[in-house]
Amino acid sequence: MPTVELLFSAQPEHVRTARLVAAAVARRAGVDEAALDEVRLAVGEACSRAVGLHRNSGVEDPVRVRLTEDEKKFSIEVADEVPGTSSGSNPGGGADEPADDEGEMGLAVISGLVDDFEVIDGDKGGIIRMSWPTVSL
Amino acid sequence: MDLSLSTRTVGDRTIVEVGGEIDVYTAPKLREQLVELVNDGSYHLVVDMEGVDFLDSTGLGVLVGGLKRVRAHEGSLRLVCNQERILKIFRITGLTKVFPIHTSVDEAVAATD
Repeated sequence: MPTVELLFSAQPEHVRTARLVAAAVARRAGVDEAALDEVRLAVGEACSRAVGLHRNSGVEDPVRVRLTEDEKKFSIEVADEVPGTSSGSNPGGGADEPADDEGEMGLAVISGLVDDFEVIDGDKGGIIRMSWPTVSL
Repeated sequence: MDLSLSTRTVGDRTIVEVGGEIDVYTAPKLREQLVELVNDGSYHLVVDMEGVDFLDSTGLGVLVGGLKRVRAHEGSLRLVCNQERILKIFRITGLTKVFPIHTSVDEAVAATD
């Protein structure tokens, strides 16, 4: 069960809220202070991408963020409800679609920031999963 | 914190002072500002990012878009940034090779390369 779960409507203004919540929970979980900026940026990128996918596809479901504190790591999952986009395929629009380019740039930023990172393509949508080690408090 | 923007002119350079968070929500405001400046004939821009607390890939996209626009008029877009957490994003995306990044507005204004 996640420590904190957040659902927000797919609007850009709520991405900041997700960043703040994720950073606060990560800090409590014992993620190194130096890594909190990475957590904030990575979760922001994942949520921005999900918001873009929902908006481009006309999906009205919320974006779901699960923050889970384990013994040795802190995990974040950001789930969208748009099937078939996470592996880089682009059924929603042309290759020049700026939102898609930004989404891919977001993935590039996450992969540059986070060592433990994967993109899972599910039937109902994609999940970006990432984790950071925690130090015992 | 929301985005704050202000502009001033030094010689032929236009300084855009940005403060707050540049993300998926606020980046369109920065894009509008840059587009407006270029449309009004300001082709040599210095974006002062010392007051920026957060920058994501949407913000990077806007800056790259700004660079494309000024280059179409043989202009320039220089950044001022000393903050490690912001510089890191430029480094991991390879954009340090694309943007001249200066440590002060004075240095950016004086640069001519």
